[in-house]
Amino acid sequence: MIDATGLELTARAIGEAVGEGSVRDTIFFRDQATLDVRPEDVHRILSHLRDDADERFDVLASLHGCDYFPHEPRLAVHYQLLSTERGERLGVRARLTVEQAETTGVPTVCDLFPTADFQEKEVFDFFGVRFEGHEDLRRLHMPEDYEGHAQRRDFPMGGEPVLYTFNEHKVPRWYE
Amino acid sequence: MSSRGLGTPYRRREESVTLERMEAPLAGTQVESDAELFTINMGPHHPATHGVLRLLCTLEGEVVRDVTPLIGYVHTGIEKSCEDQQYWKVIPFVERMDYLAYYFNAYAFCAAVERLLDEQVPPRAQYLRVAHMELNRIASHLFWLGTSALDLGAITVLWWALRDRDMILDLFEMSGGQRLHPRYFQVGGVIEDIPPGWARKCLDFVAQMRTRIDQYEALLNENQILLERLRGVGVVSQDRLKQLGVTGPLLRASGDPWDLRKTIPYSSYEDFEFRIPVGTVGDHYDRYRVRIAEMRESLKIIEQAVEGIPEGPFITTNRKVALPPRHELATSMEALIHHFKLVTEGFRVPPGEIYEAIESPRGELGCFVAADGSSKPARVHMRDPSFINLQCLHDMAEGELIADLIAGIAMLDPILGGIDR
Repeated sequence: MIDATGLELTARAIGEAVGEGSVRDTIFFRDQATLDVRPEDVHRILSHLRDDADERFDVLASLHGCDYFPHEPRLAVHYQLLSTERGERLGVRARLTVEQAETTGVPTVCDLFPTADFQEKEVFDFFGVRFEGHEDLRRLHMPEDYEGHAQRRDFPMGGEPVLYTFNEHKVPRWYE
Repeated sequence: MSSRGLGTPYRRREESVTLERMEAPLAGTQVESDAELFTINMGPHHPATHGVLRLLCTLEGEVVRDVTPLIGYVHTGIEKSCEDQQYWKVIPFVERMDYLAYYFNAYAFCAAVERLLDEQVPPRAQYLRVAHMELNRIASHLFWLGTSALDLGAITVLWWALRDRDMILDLFEMSGGQRLHPRYFQVGGVIEDIPPGWARKCLDFVAQMRTRIDQYEALLNENQILLERLRGVGVVSQDRLKQLGVTGPLLRASGDPWDLRKTIPYSSYEDFEFRIPVGTVGDHYDRYRVRIAEMRESLKIIEQAVEGIPEGPFITTNRKVALPPRHELATSMEALIHHFKLVTEGFRVPPGEIYEAIESPRGELGCFVAADGSSKPARVHMRDPSFINLQCLHDMAEGELIADLIAGIAMLDPILGGIDR
């Protein structure tokens, strides 16, 4: 696994290759290394981590969203990179405000890692994060005409009436 | 139906899908402009999709030109529900995601929480967990074997496989009290020690299962129908699989020996001797053989784990995390307080984020847990291997016959509870 020193070296290498300030923070917690990065640089950073000879994180193991409500910036997209050569994992996290998520969002990484396709749709569906450049960004689990983003912390639990015969007249025009 | 309903994005997509594809064939496919492409819907209720999976297939005659999986029909919002539960009450929820590999789901979550707490699991609990997970792997592969063979027209294997799976479920019932979703793994260990006689019964099962696997192989390995349905069909290259993030038996069948039990060992898997079966071609036949061989390796691990099980506690003795033993409640005031606090409030977990990945029967099962310092998780996410692996169905089925699409779904082994969560 990457140690704390290795994480700092990686962060510095990214700063040199991608640009000053692209890595906002490094987190080393319980032997797991995570980089906190600027959302607009995600594509360049992941491309560096995939192709650079010193890094070679060849697999994107997971991509998921997270809501840090009530902290700001609220939303985050997590990338879990894996180097199959060394058996090392590295987390990359891009935090962004709700407004940022719904306008500019983060650049898609589908061209680097085709596996991101479904997972970016899922994050878009549940958190409302736009992935700039994604070919077919649409809801995956929820119906296409669904309103709201269900995994956000301010989305109510059980916020949707369950339809039975006895209450269908109370939910008018549900069949539309 | 009113005009409002017709204008919704959902309806617009329904219309666009059929018409556009009929008129403009897919880029990159060798179809003449007057060749007829036929869009057909398969599922969500179809016996061969192993759940409620809906596939939008574009066919040219009987040849599949495009297939798009549409999912979400069993989305139940488990991840959202987990945010409203105390940590120890999340375990039954996550068990129901991939409902054939419940021990793995529970382990991934418990391991993530244990790492957040920095809690050590006693060796006995680790061995018990390994034994149960490997039993579960065999149960899951047996169910896959039975249903896949059924899809390919061999019905005997279904009865045989379910008969043997029942012996495993009996073992689960004996140790955890339930045949399915037993909630046996707890944060810090397992809920109860194995009862007397369990080890004997487990070893008897291992001995019996060896000959049973021989019987399956005698039935299937040289079966002409099966060979012709599986050999050379659905080949996807190793590079493409890695790009698509596919893991587990599908990746190993293409020749890459990537298995988290070996490469990044957890729960003392490094103590056991076992091998990683790999394929050579990466077709359906290799996928079948790899899974059969994995069952044999799992039997080896179970044998070593049950025979070499260390003495000691089966759950951590940290009273802030694990419930005190029942007999202490009558005599110790502290035990009573701890019990009360754990049951009413649950334990608090320091803030942080953990991604814990393990090797489930279908590939890398990752569990992401974000804690905010309270007794409920701020976010639980499962990186379910079925969900990711489903993306390679298009590569597997494109250019093959529609009947091979059925074989492709069978060899993919998707669990819709895990895909939709």
